[in-house]
Amino acid sequence: MRLFILTFLNGLTLGALYFMVASGFTLVFGLMRQVNLAHGSLYLLGGYVGYEVAQASGSWFVGVAAGFASMAVAGLLLQVVLFRHMEGQDLRQTLVTIAISIIAADLMLARWGGLTYQFDPPEWLFGATPMPLINAYPTYRLALLATAIVIGLLLWFFLTKTRVGMMIRAGVDDRAILSATGVNVQRVFAITFAIGAGLAGFAGVVGGTALSIAPGEDNRYLLASLVVVIVGGMGSVPGAAIGAVLVGLAEQFGLAYTPTYGIAYTFLIMVLVLAIRPQGILGRPT
Amino acid sequence: MSAVAPPSTAVGTLARGRAAQRRYPLRPQHVIVALLLLIYPLVATDFWTLQIGAQALLLGVIALSLMFLAGYGAMVSLAQMTVAGLAAYMMAIFGVSAIPLSLGWPWWIVVPLSLVIATLFATFVGALSVRTEGIYTIMITLAIGMAVFYLAQQNYTVFNGFDGFKGLEPPVLFDVNWRGPLPFYYLCLTVAALCYFAVLYLSRSTFGLSMQAIRDNPRRMRALGFDVNLHRIAAYAIAGFLAALGGVLFAWYNGRVSPGSIGIHSIIGILIIGVMGGLRHPIGPFVGAIVYVLMQTFAIDFIDRERFNTLIGTVFLLTVLFSSDGLLGLWDGMQRRLTAPRARRQRSAVPSEEG
Repeated sequence: MRLFILTFLNGLTLGALYFMVASGFTLVFGLMRQVNLAHGSLYLLGGYVGYEVAQASGSWFVGVAAGFASMAVAGLLLQVVLFRHMEGQDLRQTLVTIAISIIAADLMLARWGGLTYQFDPPEWLFGATPMPLINAYPTYRLALLATAIVIGLLLWFFLTKTRVGMMIRAGVDDRAILSATGVNVQRVFAITFAIGAGLAGFAGVVGGTALSIAPGEDNRYLLASLVVVIVGGMGSVPGAAIGAVLVGLAEQFGLAYTPTYGIAYTFLIMVLVLAIRPQGILGRPT
Repeated sequence: MSAVAPPSTAVGTLARGRAAQRRYPLRPQHVIVALLLLIYPLVATDFWTLQIGAQALLLGVIALSLMFLAGYGAMVSLAQMTVAGLAAYMMAIFGVSAIPLSLGWPWWIVVPLSLVIATLFATFVGALSVRTEGIYTIMITLAIGMAVFYLAQQNYTVFNGFDGFKGLEPPVLFDVNWRGPLPFYYLCLTVAALCYFAVLYLSRSTFGLSMQAIRDNPRRMRALGFDVNLHRIAAYAIAGFLAALGGVLFAWYNGRVSPGSIGIHSIIGILIIGVMGGLRHPIGPFVGAIVYVLMQTFAIDFIDRERFNTLIGTVFLLTVLFSSDGLLGLWDGMQRRLTAPRARRQRSAVPSEEG
């Protein structure tokens, strides 16, 4: 029973982390029909930048802010310099993001090497919180869960209650009509891309603190993002939340009960969703 | 949607019959290339024969399977290296290797078995991904490929985890050591030539023309009574068989298979080969493979060996940014056909089929 509850909490908190990474991915996809396969690289680079800044400034929170801000700027640059010139060419954009992810992974390896980096978050975040049944659970992981819920609520508020958010949702539904109403679509694209990339960088620091940052993590989170949005439905933020929790739970229960086949459950969920509902749980038919 | 739209070109060709497609013009350059490929190992050193020649041919076969799907079906599958790697893994698991996990069955059972299992897997991948279209295909096949990689890496009971298998060898047959540079080169050349001509033949068969028509206009083909999904799944199966053949050669060439063989870099490597060479004609993947292998081998001479991925990534980026040829031209054409008014659609060109 204790193992079950622990695994459940681990799965939930991992899902929280996956949600932070995948929500940006799905937002960008929904609006621009662009699959950013360099999303994992943004996660890892955000983690590294956050680490450097946290070391230099001595404050973990400054590191988190730096992870978000640096990747938001990087995302903005990618959109303005590269992708806006290839609008409507889905495949070409995707191939470009693949090329960027290869180069980025290699350059990060050159700069930071194959070492594993560990953050030191503030003391009060790193203890254990007493819990019924399982005695205690790491405070940081609970904070991670709370952060993901807050981010989810903020995204919901942003997308439904603000003007820019409504433009983004309108763009997801029909880009052509949105631009016909006089909205500067390019600016909406740039904002969305910056938010999506910033979330990846933010998750890089927060997730890197929960686990660690090392080469190869970029691919792990890319796979997680892909599966989460395939399962949840592409372009849907609530779908990403459902998908992230499902994938997080599947991965942790798989690891706890059948260690050498852990990934197979993630795979199984994806296969089932594709077989029954190809557009994803909350996705709309195309 | 009106039902009397003029037939798009591939549909038209299909309707007019296959007589016009039956011609295989033999030009002098074909003979020259064939002779060069045959004579090449006699003048080249062992290194050039095996490391460059044979490796380019077997990678070309795997990339050819991608070309078949992307060029004739507009389905860019990133799972082709996974299919090839699975065939290689099956060779190791059922056949002979230096790891006790291997079952040690004779090659004449193991080779067909590996081909069948890998082809079935490819068919399964196809069945999963054909229900969505375009850009979704890349996401789904990449997710499948990466999931198989992580499975192979974490599973020690079947895939032997991180270490994988080593000590794989081709059988000694007719007193020939097929791992020797010369025999192995000719083995790869034979397989590559068979695959190349098979793809060329298929592209002009009824099935191949139907595939190209589905690529150009799936809705119309559906309206004409074609089972679009079944055609696509069949294409995945055929491509899977080609990739599996490449995978068997891959296992014998490397003598080992490990999660790295099917990791993200290998998956993307095949994509780079395909895109660099062009995905419109079956010769493209082989051209791409030669360039790729040469770069991989000689990168050390003009850039640090450790930074090979930066080099290949940059070359790939430049290819995608500045070349409208091959796949990209095809994709743009498809996009135009799908979005442009019908008047312009009639003028859209078909990819040329010169052999």
